[in-house]
Amino acid sequence: YTFPLLTLDSVEMERFADEADVVIVGGGPAGLSAAIRLKQLANEQEKELRVCLVEKASQIGAHTLSGACLEPSALNELFSDWKERGAPLNTPVTEDVFSLLTKKYRIPVPMLPGLPMNNHGNYIVRLGHFVRWLGEQAEELGVEIYPGYAAAEVLFHEDGSVKGIATNDVGIAKDGSPKDVFERGMELHAKVTLFGEGCHGHLAKQLYRQFNLRENCEPQTYAIGLKEVWLIDEKKWRPGRVEHSVGWPLNRNTYGGSFLYHLNEGEPLVALGVVVGLDYTNPYLSPFREFQRWKHHPFIAKTLEGGNRIAYGARALNEGGYQCLPKVTFPGGMLIGCSPGFMNVPKIKGTHTAMKSGMLAAEAIFPKVTAKDLASETAGLHVPEYEDNLKKSWIWKELYSVRNIRPSFHSYFGLYGGMVYTGVFYWILRGKEPWTLKHAGLDSAQLRPAKECTAIEYPKPDGKLSFDLLSSVALSGTNHEGDQPPHLTLKDDSVPVANNLAIYDGPEQRFCPAGVYEYVPLETGEGMRLQINAQNCVHCKTCDIKDPSQNINWVVPEGSGGPAYNGM
Amino acid sequence: MSRVLVGVKRVIDYAVKIRVKPDHSGVVTDGVKHSMNPFCEIAVEEAVKLKEKKFIKEVVAVSCGPTQVTETIRTALAMGCDRGIHVEVSGKDYEAMGPLQISKIFAALAKKEEASLVILGKQAIDDDCNQTGQMTAALLDWPQGTFASEVTIDGEKVKVVREIDGGLETIKISMPAVLTADLRLNTPRYATLPNIMKAKKKKIANMKPADLGVDEPPTRLAGVKVETVDDLVAKLKANGTI
Repeated sequence: YTFPLLTLDSVEMERFADEADVVIVGGGPAGLSAAIRLKQLANEQEKELRVCLVEKASQIGAHTLSGACLEPSALNELFSDWKERGAPLNTPVTEDVFSLLTKKYRIPVPMLPGLPMNNHGNYIVRLGHFVRWLGEQAEELGVEIYPGYAAAEVLFHEDGSVKGIATNDVGIAKDGSPKDVFERGMELHAKVTLFGEGCHGHLAKQLYRQFNLRENCEPQTYAIGLKEVWLIDEKKWRPGRVEHSVGWPLNRNTYGGSFLYHLNEGEPLVALGVVVGLDYTNPYLSPFREFQRWKHHPFIAKTLEGGNRIAYGARALNEGGYQCLPKVTFPGGMLIGCSPGFMNVPKIKGTHTAMKSGMLAAEAIFPKVTAKDLASETAGLHVPEYEDNLKKSWIWKELYSVRNIRPSFHSYFGLYGGMVYTGVFYWILRGKEPWTLKHAGLDSAQLRPAKECTAIEYPKPDGKLSFDLLSSVALSGTNHEGDQPPHLTLKDDSVPVANNLAIYDGPEQRFCPAGVYEYVPLETGEGMRLQINAQNCVHCKTCDIKDPSQNINWVVPEGSGGPAYNGM
Repeated sequence: MSRVLVGVKRVIDYAVKIRVKPDHSGVVTDGVKHSMNPFCEIAVEEAVKLKEKKFIKEVVAVSCGPTQVTETIRTALAMGCDRGIHVEVSGKDYEAMGPLQISKIFAALAKKEEASLVILGKQAIDDDCNQTGQMTAALLDWPQGTFASEVTIDGEKVKVVREIDGGLETIKISMPAVLTADLRLNTPRYATLPNIMKAKKKKIANMKPADLGVDEPPTRLAGVKVETVDDLVAKLKANGTI
């Protein structure tokens, strides 16, 4: 997938540039909370502040996917009157159920108060709708929001500090040549740029290398979350009920679990899904098919029988917690939200910490960016106060207290070891134990060669409870302009067949939840080639994380491409 | 040769899977991804091209619907239209609205704005009616060049190459006229971010159908099934249709 360089003489290559005070990349909970907080401070102190936010989805919320049980702590701080403003927190949690599943049975696990998974006081939300509401609040406060425009490039001043971002060029054909409708992207310059791209952001990857932000932390470890929304039989609907499970269908050494939440928004909707840790070792494992077969467990099937699936999607999430937090500030910018990764893994909640990180970033930036004696026009602002504030906040305390739970799954006892650790050490000591366990290392390095592993026999989808991959992808509403260079790029075209297929039997065919990767026979007869169906991509980032050769580099496609999630 | 009116419709994006509402009263639209009807994009592109070639001075983008359609008008402005008109229709009235009401609105606006051309997409991808252009022309008693795959201005006349079942048909019509855009007319340009920013400063006028003398759509009466052709003829004679 190499393509010829653009011939520059025939096209207009100058980029239009504009200035803002703060530019935010990503319209998710972190980015929007930062934007809102900045404007709240500006309005309070009657100062002018131009805040621009770019988001690759066609509308705010269209690329948002989460369970989700929202802990309203950060929201209460951002808008104490969120209820009057109509925030879509319509489903307070009323029942909290935890199970250990075996192939046929279910062992109930008591949800004692004090256990991290306890959801008392939280709300089941459709995060996409919540993010859409945040977007409306931000626009009312005067934030300029530009959905449908992807930040593709970080711009640097001469001294190496971040100057802003540039959106991607559009109208490039599949072979790299400019089409008639070719247009250069636009440059947005700012005093400070906030990067809130969510888990495993593509610009963040570049920033880690550029500023050496990860030299003192462990490499991030991830999971993939797949989710569906179902309209179920009213008789089975228990609004406010939260169900989590561990165990079947995953074996004890594969981290993961499931969720099933009953929403209370008029229709009998449930949001359900499976999370699989991306440090799994068997290349034959398919997170999508694990999800589909999990639904057949009697305890789950009884809720779904007679229902209809109305939505599907997937996204990677971070699992590293405290040990994997990088440096988050650098000259001219900072990282917020799931991008550096503030998710509380045992609670499986990251929205409240993402929002808080955005708010802390805003509070640290505001005095500096409105100061009259602004240091320089040719260097980005460095705001290390953000990192100091993070360390003093409840985010840090929370992440520190649960830091050992996820790594405790890495022993021989796997799931059971982890559950015992949580029950004994966390419940009693609340993370005050003096040691910090380590993670297993890079997720991409965990796969064992295919010949050492056994293939997993997955059942065929029955079309009523479980479904095939392609009809699921169609439900995500994902699409991209067809005639553009594929945004799943390969550093070396020969590696997929020579390495991924030869040693690991092409795990990308199985871990991609959208059917982007296929090994197809060569037209000339002998051998296979990797076919990349980039149009199917749902922007989950799993391939970039899990590729054992680390050869796949996800870059952002033309803005407004990608899934069209509605309240996921 | 001064002004062109372009109609744009906000429709559910073509890649989204449609879901019927549980009460069967329509399809789910809340929160669903919408975009400009692809044929309307082609219509806007053609109008902007005519302006760039200096055949016309001003392009006005028009859309009928609730507040959200202003986003669609904004995209048209970012593609190069000069100003917009939002004819506000919401709720039940919007759901009951069809090509006849839209044509009446466009006809009234075409007269009010003294347009030389009305360019529309040939059909909308949600209802596939393919009627608005034709009805607008009939109400105005203007010539129509529908399914246009090529448009050339020649003095006071327009040469239109039309895509028809048997191939291509070339006609020459005099202005003012109504044109509807087919797929091969052009490739619409992208609405780039700098243009979206500039479009925020362009004016979008707001009005109601009543301001243009157009009534609410009549409530649609239920149909009647008849057993024989004779019955049908008798009923049509009875209500004065024939």
